[in-house]
Amino acid sequence: MTEVASSAEGFPKKVTYCGVCSLPPEYCEFGGTVKKCEEWLKQHHPDMHEKLYSQETIEQNLSTLSLEAQKRAEKDSQKKAAKAASAEAKAQEQRANSKVLIKRVERNKRKYVTAVQGLEAFGLDIKKVAKDFGKKFATGSSVTKVPGGGEEITVQGDLSDDIYEYVVETYKDIPEDNVECIEDKKKKGGG
Amino acid sequence: MFKKDITTGAKSKVKSSAQRGIRAKVLEEYPRLEPYIEEIMPKKEQLDLVKLPDRVSVYTLGSTPLFFQHMDDELLPHLSLVHRYPSCFPRLRIDRGAIRFVLSGATLMVPGLTSLGGRLPNDPEDEEGRYGEEELDAGEVVVIEAEGKENACMVGVLKMGTAEMKKVKKGQAFEAGHYLGDGLWGLNLG
Ligand SMILES: [Zn+2]
Repeated sequence: MTEVASSAEGFPKKVTYCGVCSLPPEYCEFGGTVKKCEEWLKQHHPDMHEKLYSQETIEQNLSTLSLEAQKRAEKDSQKKAAKAASAEAKAQEQRANSKVLIKRVERNKRKYVTAVQGLEAFGLDIKKVAKDFGKKFATGSSVTKVPGGGEEITVQGDLSDDIYEYVVETYKDIPEDNVECIEDKKKKGGG
Repeated sequence: MFKKDITTGAKSKVKSSAQRGIRAKVLEEYPRLEPYIEEIMPKKEQLDLVKLPDRVSVYTLGSTPLFFQHMDDELLPHLSLVHRYPSCFPRLRIDRGAIRFVLSGATLMVPGLTSLGGRLPNDPEDEEGRYGEEELDAGEVVVIEAEGKENACMVGVLKMGTAEMKKVKKGQAFEAGHYLGDGLWGLNLG
């Protein structure tokens, strides 16, 4: 494409997004994860990092704000950082304590369904996962309500082992230790 | 508009007749996209519609969000689309001080645009004419760029015309919009 007048860039323009906070890296400074963002940028786009985190840029950024505004911005970003850190810690703790349960449930004699619980704690959209299970294992798979509240995925057939493997393979955020296969005791008799 | 994280609702295929209608509407609202429309929404490819809470729909091509819409209102571009075709939309610029407010979802106020670091159409400081010569009216969809930044940080509907902003220099500039880091930005459409 030939270049046009003043806006010389050819479209679509390619924009890099931060691997940590997902914004264009020039906006990382306004989020709560600046430190991590900076590390990421340094590792993945050193040229951009040099430009964005140079002494010159930082001074220039500050010079456009009044002293009072600087102080407010500083306080604001500290608050944000603290908030982001505690949210991250909480999420991590939640992930560490969460379990994905894959349960073999006997429906009729020799007929089984497999119930999968707990994926949402790892940030997964269980409706989508249910669909993926259905496709992957060519069987019925749907999201159903659990009597005690919450939802689980019900897959037709005895697929505990396959699902276990698939979950561990596909969702790297879920530690293998947090995935467990169990056998549901007979419903009758009150478990 | 999208302050909270959003969970997506049903995804459905857009009928080809409706798809033609959307394409026409996009071109009517954003004529400067004309040279790129075929690469943005190729005629032969299937657009999907994803429902969001509060009667908002997003049109997507695969997992790429393109435009969103509240009920039957105007189609607003998703910021990732704006980033790819920045000069195809009317745009204004806020000063650096206003960025953090916009990114936290606060209503953008006029002083953020009329101050030294801000840019409105016909701005004497705007030597390359990046922000145009035509004043923009209330109700228009406008992209917001920021002082010292290359990429836009918000898109929304003007609440006050730019000519009036220059006169009164205060008040709310925008209705709630879509900004970097909001629920629409973070939407997982994979
Ligand atoms: Zn970042």
